[in-house]
Amino acid sequence: MHLAYPAVLSALLFCTGLYGVLARRNAILVLMSVELMLNAVNLNLVAFDIWLSRTAQDTLHSGQALTLFTIAIAAAEIGIGLAIVLAVYRNRGTSDIDRLRDTAESAASDDDPESARPETAEKAEATA
Amino acid sequence: MTTTTLAVLVPLLPFLGAVAGLLLGRTAPGFVRPLAVLPPLGALALAVTVAVRQGSGQAVSAATELTPTGSVPIELALYIDGFAALVAVLVGLVATCVQIYSTGYLRDDPRYPSYAALVSLFTSAMLLVVYSGDLMVLLVGWEIMGICSYFLVGHYWETPEARAASIKAFLVTKLGDVPFLIGLFALATDAGSFRITKILGTVASGGLDHPTLIALLLLAGVAGKSAQFPLHTWLPDAMAGPTPVSALIHAATMVAAGVYFVARLLPVFAASAAALVVLAVMAAVTMTGSALAALAQDDIKRVLAYSTIGQLGYMTGALAVGDRGAAVFHLISHGAFKALLFLGAGVIIHAAGTNSLAAMSRMRNLRARVPDAFWTMTVALLALAAIPPFSGFFSKEAVLGAAEHVATGHTEGVPGAAGWIVLVSGLVTALLTAAYAMRLWLLTFRGHGAEAPDHGRQPLSMNAVLWVLAVPSVVLGLGIGPLPDWFDGHDLTPTLTTSVLATGVALVGAITTYGAWRHTSAMAVHFPIGVVAAYPDADGGMVEAEAIASHAPAYGDVASAHDPADPGRLLLGPLHRHAAVGFHLDAVYAALFVRPVQAGAALVRFLDREVVDTYVRGAATLPRWLGEAVRRAQTGNVQTYVSALLAGTVVLTVAVLLVATAGA
Amino acid sequence: MTLAAATVAAAQTTTTAAGPQGFLSPTGVEIAFLLVGLVTFGAAIVTVTTKQLVHAALWLVVALGGLAVEYLLLTAEFIAWVQVLIYVGSVVVLLLFGLMLTRAPIGRSPDADSANRWAALAVAIAAACALVWVVVDAFRTTWIDLDGPAAGSTAVTGASLFQSWVLPFEALSVLLLAALVGAIVLSRRTAAEQRGADATPAGERPAGTPAPGGRPTGADRSSAGARPTSGARTEHDARPSGDDTRADPAGSAPGADDESRGDRKEGAR
Repeated sequence: MHLAYPAVLSALLFCTGLYGVLARRNAILVLMSVELMLNAVNLNLVAFDIWLSRTAQDTLHSGQALTLFTIAIAAAEIGIGLAIVLAVYRNRGTSDIDRLRDTAESAASDDDPESARPETAEKAEATA
Repeated sequence: MTTTTLAVLVPLLPFLGAVAGLLLGRTAPGFVRPLAVLPPLGALALAVTVAVRQGSGQAVSAATELTPTGSVPIELALYIDGFAALVAVLVGLVATCVQIYSTGYLRDDPRYPSYAALVSLFTSAMLLVVYSGDLMVLLVGWEIMGICSYFLVGHYWETPEARAASIKAFLVTKLGDVPFLIGLFALATDAGSFRITKILGTVASGGLDHPTLIALLLLAGVAGKSAQFPLHTWLPDAMAGPTPVSALIHAATMVAAGVYFVARLLPVFAASAAALVVLAVMAAVTMTGSALAALAQDDIKRVLAYSTIGQLGYMTGALAVGDRGAAVFHLISHGAFKALLFLGAGVIIHAAGTNSLAAMSRMRNLRARVPDAFWTMTVALLALAAIPPFSGFFSKEAVLGAAEHVATGHTEGVPGAAGWIVLVSGLVTALLTAAYAMRLWLLTFRGHGAEAPDHGRQPLSMNAVLWVLAVPSVVLGLGIGPLPDWFDGHDLTPTLTTSVLATGVALVGAITTYGAWRHTSAMAVHFPIGVVAAYPDADGGMVEAEAIASHAPAYGDVASAHDPADPGRLLLGPLHRHAAVGFHLDAVYAALFVRPVQAGAALVRFLDREVVDTYVRGAATLPRWLGEAVRRAQTGNVQTYVSALLAGTVVLTVAVLLVATAGA
Repeated sequence: MTLAAATVAAAQTTTTAAGPQGFLSPTGVEIAFLLVGLVTFGAAIVTVTTKQLVHAALWLVVALGGLAVEYLLLTAEFIAWVQVLIYVGSVVVLLLFGLMLTRAPIGRSPDADSANRWAALAVAIAAACALVWVVVDAFRTTWIDLDGPAAGSTAVTGASLFQSWVLPFEALSVLLLAALVGAIVLSRRTAAEQRGADATPAGERPAGTPAPGGRPTGADRSSAGARPTSGARTEHDARPSGDDTRADPAGSAPGADDESRGDRKEGAR
């Protein structure tokens, strides 16, 4: 089998996940997209591991080992990520990523640091 | 003690007195008066001793070099010849008299300690100038005198006149001092030393490369210090200071320092005929102009100030004709009688409660109130008008005689034109001097109208010094016998021609003024005018400060009053208006210097505010716009940030790949 | 580019060993891989574009399952089963739970994509072009010989994992433990918050007091300043919380949840 097939599929899946991460509002959908990206990488790892084990007589199987690690880490990441999303949701009442704009430069602070101060203080507390 | 040691002590004593007075002034007020009077008295005694020891013998010269100072050495040098010894005696005498007088005149003044210390410091500096044999050391004393003059003129700094006058005096003299300093450097470079003896030796051997340039540069400083045209305008305004200060600094000593300096370095000036002519023209313009102005002044002290300028003109005239003996002789006699005049004027101002002649001319019996001042001032005015046998006659005749010698071609090395200029202007000024002296006497002591206010007798300290100073005003004429031995050896005896001429024109001037006064004094009763101080029991200084401050509001001008009973107005005719304001010289200066400077300052301000700042603000605008743009980008949307980050990564990756593959 | 050069060199060796294999004459395995790959890719596309959030999770199952098949085709059977077990079995279930816990709406939600989508699309396509170009350029002639013993059988994988990779494997277990602890810490509430929530009934909570559902300042700030629709809170507060299907602590925070619902409605409008 040509190595190009899994490699191209991996690249396309990765970019699909990338689009999802960048375009989705819901934080859980973003997490799903991250999973897609991780899987694309896994496919790449497996394909190259197979290729190298045959071509270069590689017995270390580092690609497969890394794939397993990645899967484990992905599981841990999804657990932590969901916990964070839930915490945010509890605090903010939303899990939409583009509504969490505490780091935005507010329009009220134009040329007037005084009026901006209460808001920034509020932000600091909100993000603390 | 050697003469040198004594001479060193002469300037040192007042200096120590000044330091002690400044230190103890607040903590021990009881010591202030002794500390003010005793050091000048000691200095006077020492100066007399030095003068007696030195006598008419060889000049004493001593020097010590403290530290190497580069190419031209600066030494602590003493140079005491007859000039120095006698001028030091005069300085000591006037300073002592002024200090004693001040204890009465400023007896209630809260700032008396600092005042007395500054007068002592001034005395010390003047004595340093007199005795110094090194031009740099002389310059130190010269500048200390300037700063003391600034402080003392501004003694009544509560009044705007005093503030303006002190700043004006300082700036105008500094204007002369800058070329003076350059001239000193040029002179020392040519001569290779700052020592007066070495410089004179160089001059004698013809080693001076630029005599005219040096002489003219030095003349600028002399004109500033000695109030000669065109830098004389500060002196009449300096009368805003207390009267004793005017007597010491602005009549007897400091203003004479310029004359004394030229007398010391006369060979340098004599090396350049052009400088002598310039000096003569300067003297002529100064003495005639100031005499005319003196005739028009209403403030008694301003009359005396213009008179001082005129008499200094006589001295510079004497120097212009190359006779420093006559110049210093006139310096000494003038110092005595002009100090007396000023101190007497202080007594009169105190007694009358005003400094306005117009107001005094409407007071009856003022002379009965101040009999001591009346008699001594009469003597001093006669000396001023050069009436024989008073001292002023002999010293002025010495000047005119020297000028006549030059004019008739009897003197080597001095251009005859200078002699003629000095002689003619001197005679004209003699006429005018007698006129304004007569006017002053008549208006002050022969007033009609209400009875003069009675403030009781003046303090003894003030009256006593008047009589002390009256002595030299009367008897100094006897000095024509021994003085030539102390000086250059020139004969100081009056010549017949000039004596008759000068005395004649002086009498003409006095009589004409008397006639004019008889004509105008009748009008005085129809023109009530004048104000007097509100606190007749205050000390002299307070009364005088009030009189100065109230002159301009009461009479419309700080210098003159609209008094038709003034004989000066009749004598001067249409010229009176111009003479009263000093021939508009201040206005000319304002137009020539002040307004261009202010315009330049306004221009610079405009350039700074509108042009330079525009660039600065413009430079800030671009970053602010950029900041606005960047701020727009801070949406807080993490996805946007990551999009931008990844887009940049892709672009960079592609760029790296393209570069790498192109390179491979 | 050293990697590319190495791969090119390796490709040359394989081509000399196995003879030329062209794209135009695919083997059976390649055809299978291509078809499954198309399904996987399509499922992934639908996952990131669908407007029904639950459907997105389900399409993700399809994509991940397709990948498992691809692993099988690549003879990595152990990885394939792990993929099925962990991803399809647990991760997707976890995601579905997450969707439910955050009250993701059932059905179409028109605002599933943010306003950033066109920029995201551009970035994604650009990245895809760059990656595909690089990958094809580097590996277009590289051949994987799938014959012979399976390179990813359980025996082979286990041997390498417990011989060469045993230490990282153990370290990974520590990482999993840390993740476990972290998830619990993040999810639970402190005793003080619990007490505050019990003391103040949700409907009567004044605006200044801390919200019971979260950290005091954060919730208060967000309810007071960040969201203007707090007026919708009271009518939702009347709803009994017993019908909540959730069993987690968030269920006891009806105020915050109702606010979020009000928000969402407004966002949908």
